Amino acid sequence: MNYLLDLQSFLPGIIVAVAGLAAIMLEAFKKSANTSFSVTIGGIAVALLFAIQSLYGEAGTAFSGMIVYGGVGAFGSVVVLLGALFCVTISREYLRDLDLHNGEVYGMILFSTTGMLGLAVSNDLITLFISLETMSICLYVLAGLMKNEKIGAESALKYFLLGAFSTGFLLYGIALIYGATAATNLTEIAAAAQPTFLFLCGTGLLFVGLFFKVAAVPFHMWTPDVYQGTPTTITAFMATAAKSATFVAFVLVLTRMLPSSEIGDWQSVLQVVAILTMIVGNLIALAQDNVKRMLAYSSIAHAGYLMVGLAAGNEAGYAGVLYYLFAYTIMNAGAFGVIAYYERNHGLDFTEIDSYAGLGFKVPVMGVMLSVFLFSLAGIPPMVGFIGKYYVFAAAVQAGLIPLAIIGVLASAASVYYYLRVMVYLYFKEAHKEYSLKTPGFLFKWTLILLAVLTVYYGVEPVLPTSSLMELISSYYTV
Amino acid sequence: MIEIDWYLALSAVLFTIGLVGVLIRRNAIVIFMCVELMLNAVNLTLISFSSYHGDVTGQILVFFSLAVAAAEAVIGLAIILAIFRNNLSVDITKVNLLRW
Amino acid sequence: MFEQYLPIFVLLGVAFVLALAFMALSRFLGPYRPNTVKLKPYESGMDPVGQAKDRYSIAFYLVAMEFIVFDLEVVFLYPWAVRFLDMGTGTFVAMTVFIVILFIGLIYTLKKGTLDWDMKNFKYEALKK
Repeated sequence: MNYLLDLQSFLPGIIVAVAGLAAIMLEAFKKSANTSFSVTIGGIAVALLFAIQSLYGEAGTAFSGMIVYGGVGAFGSVVVLLGALFCVTISREYLRDLDLHNGEVYGMILFSTTGMLGLAVSNDLITLFISLETMSICLYVLAGLMKNEKIGAESALKYFLLGAFSTGFLLYGIALIYGATAATNLTEIAAAAQPTFLFLCGTGLLFVGLFFKVAAVPFHMWTPDVYQGTPTTITAFMATAAKSATFVAFVLVLTRMLPSSEIGDWQSVLQVVAILTMIVGNLIALAQDNVKRMLAYSSIAHAGYLMVGLAAGNEAGYAGVLYYLFAYTIMNAGAFGVIAYYERNHGLDFTEIDSYAGLGFKVPVMGVMLSVFLFSLAGIPPMVGFIGKYYVFAAAVQAGLIPLAIIGVLASAASVYYYLRVMVYLYFKEAHKEYSLKTPGFLFKWTLILLAVLTVYYGVEPVLPTSSLMELISSYYTV
Repeated sequence: MIEIDWYLALSAVLFTIGLVGVLIRRNAIVIFMCVELMLNAVNLTLISFSSYHGDVTGQILVFFSLAVAAAEAVIGLAIILAIFRNNLSVDITKVNLLRW
Repeated sequence: MFEQYLPIFVLLGVAFVLALAFMALSRFLGPYRPNTVKLKPYESGMDPVGQAKDRYSIAFYLVAMEFIVFDLEVVFLYPWAVRFLDMGTGTFVAMTVFIVILFIGLIYTLKKGTLDWDMKNFKYEALKK
């Protein structure tokens, strides 16, 4: 019994959980949100170091096969922690302006991150369920942060009711899979699975639960409402870290539980969902006049592109999904960050696209960065978003899913319209009246600059001779 | 000895009642109770499979599912209270600021 | 298969008959002098007056919520308590960690004043005004 080794393999999660406990204790005893903030940043940074270290270590399972360490799980942990770190660093200023800055917010973010880390390494349906719920329950609370605003309470209620509803499906799926195979461990299920009615129903319901959490059409209804009613930096956290964790869990389920196509043709299901998600997400995003809501639909569309990689079902596809998650975390955290910056100057209704008229020249660095992030989200080279899309669609072509890849490329071409529309407002429209923008704080500004630099750097990195990220990810699937 | 089919059928019926309740009821508290019904129906499935397979894992999962349901109940009631404070009603058709 | 349940029906019958017998005995043997106070559902408790829709303090909800959470702790403790002598130190450490985390939660909630029944320093009261 190697208890300590087990603990060591989940070290990032443990560090984050302890930091979360420390954050709420500090809030209770010292009433100092800034101390909680420092503890949060410190905890996530240390956890990130350990996670990065385990990227290069060997892979295996721990806690009697309940979790995996190294490889895919380690990469997922790194992406989740990056998302959490960036969202926390931009949160402080924004939440202060909303008068919501307190230690509990950081506690909730850290507990939620613990759940995400567990989700990204789960090798057992029990771990998957508990981690998913740890993550979601904290996110329900975070969605309701603005509880004295009507839209804040409304978004929390919608998120909670639909989230709990989807939990029912997920758990029923787990129960049926358990009934069909007498196992909850992903690899044991794969060994015992027969394509019986029970098993197919179970897997289908499990997929429905996961589709809800990643906001895939037709289970996407909650996304725009929740994203709009949640404080913007927390929305960034939901859209990046939570989505990444769930997708990594999806990859683990597909590769470990359903490795052969003899137990159900799940790739076709994923193809259909991918096509629906890309088309619906992009089409409705075209009609949005609220930038935050537009980004919510764009995040649905991005879930569709990620689903293309899952539907490809080959090594290149899964590697592409992981790379895309990394890319998406960077560029989306950045985009939400700039929106949070504009928003906090004038209150909540300042996310309508009309109010962005002429803003680009006000604080030039912010306008430029928003353009970078939006270009990247649209998939225009040389930004990281283009590289991510390239890997995912290339994997689909490689798997012979050429129609799927074509739909993906067309959908992302359509998406250029609504991203560019924001930029047109930023630079080519006259401002209605004079706004004065605050100067951004040090941490806020430099976090966003770092994100913009990373967006561009990883856009050109794959063609550099020193390219390593994709090779690293690919190595997880070739061993 | 009652066969496992009956337990599974009962839990499927309970799950469906909960599901239909979530879809057609308008009171947030009732919807929430229906969600709890769904979760408890699943617990019944898990326990019957656990006893059928003679394997204890299912029952362990039930413990965790109970704990999760309790945590969800707490958060849910708090959110519904917040809604009530804002709207003086828990009718979800009146919670409609955000659409499209 | 109903033979298995026969003892239960016997028990039900006996309970029913006994209860009726005792009620009848006390009615006939004891003195019966009713008055308003005696006929109330809770003779020495709260007055059951007012409507079911009356609003009452938020503190009840908070305590109820906390009760649910700490109540569920027992679900994990019982199975562990039955088996922990056979399970080695690993589970003991794990359970200690679990209890410590819950204890931290309890400290937090005490510190925040959720369990204070003294309404004067109840911060939600301030919100109402």
